[in-house]
Amino acid sequence: MTPAIGDVVTAVLVLSAALMCLAAGVGLLRFPDVLSRLHAATKPQIFGLIAVTLDVAVNNFTLGTVTLSVAIVAFQALTAPMAAHLIARVAHDTDRFRPELLVVDELGRANRRGDRGD
Amino acid sequence: MSARAERRAALLNQLPLWLGLVLLWMLLWGSFSWLNLVTGALLASLVSIVFYLPAVQLSGRLDPARTVVFLLRLLGDIVRASVQVAWLALKPLRTTAGPQSAIIAVPLRTRSDLILTWTAVATSIVPGSIVIDTDRVSSTLYLHVLGVRTHAQIDLFRASVLATERRIVGAFGSREDLERLALGDAVAAVAAATGAVAADARAASTRDDDSDRRNLDDTGKET
Repeated sequence: MTPAIGDVVTAVLVLSAALMCLAAGVGLLRFPDVLSRLHAATKPQIFGLIAVTLDVAVNNFTLGTVTLSVAIVAFQALTAPMAAHLIARVAHDTDRFRPELLVVDELGRANRRGDRGD
Repeated sequence: MSARAERRAALLNQLPLWLGLVLLWMLLWGSFSWLNLVTGALLASLVSIVFYLPAVQLSGRLDPARTVVFLLRLLGDIVRASVQVAWLALKPLRTTAGPQSAIIAVPLRTRSDLILTWTAVATSIVPGSIVIDTDRVSSTLYLHVLGVRTHAQIDLFRASVLATERRIVGAFGSREDLERLALGDAVAAVAAATGAVAADARAASTRDDDSDRRNLDDTGKET
């Protein structure tokens, strides 16, 4: 790969990653309630992280960096949803969300009917 | 089966997970040396013994081609949905009036903890949806979905989660789960042929009381 193409690849990957992280920050401020903000806090940056680690792996193409990049993305992909799930569940159980923003709330309905399996 | 054979079967079931731990150890060190292999094997054994958890029931089936399709599709979904959520956050003059998200129940067809977990994580890692709760007995996921305004969009989203489940079961689900999916499809096809709504039949095949939930959907918003 010539240096020029490498620079372009790096620029595209790092800038799109930065844009995703910026969007996550802006979404955190602009989205209306806890549940919506969780989306902004946990999600766009997974793409950002993939882009940055991909750039690192492409620029230092050794077995060590590639495997470490895979491990980083895999762990982030496994742990971010768990954190989001815990916060979302607590927010829902303690009514810290705005029902008027929801088209339906089938979890609240299931809880009220008492037909949950646990 | 004798107790001895049972123990051997349990160990054999644990073997892929143990190998996964050793591989993870070597990934973290970033080199595949004999020293890493030995220390990884020791640590994997130590972790399995000290942090004992109920064994994951592996299905014993793996379709490499369909696993690759599932992972590529997941990556594509992540990229597409990341852009969508980023646009939702950044777009100027956002209209705040009216509901724009929903908490929906998706009754899955699988009865395997592993497939339920995979579907939950795969759904959750794609932007726009968060798993709030799961019901293990009925394999139901409760999801918060961003950027939906109508019941038609909700039904589309529910169908996409079921499609994810289908890809995962196709990649490494058990034969029972594959048959369960095929049975659900057959019931839905018959129902569609007899004029009923296919989605109702599919849901009813896994969950008896789902019909009254669907009727309740149309009674409007709750406080």
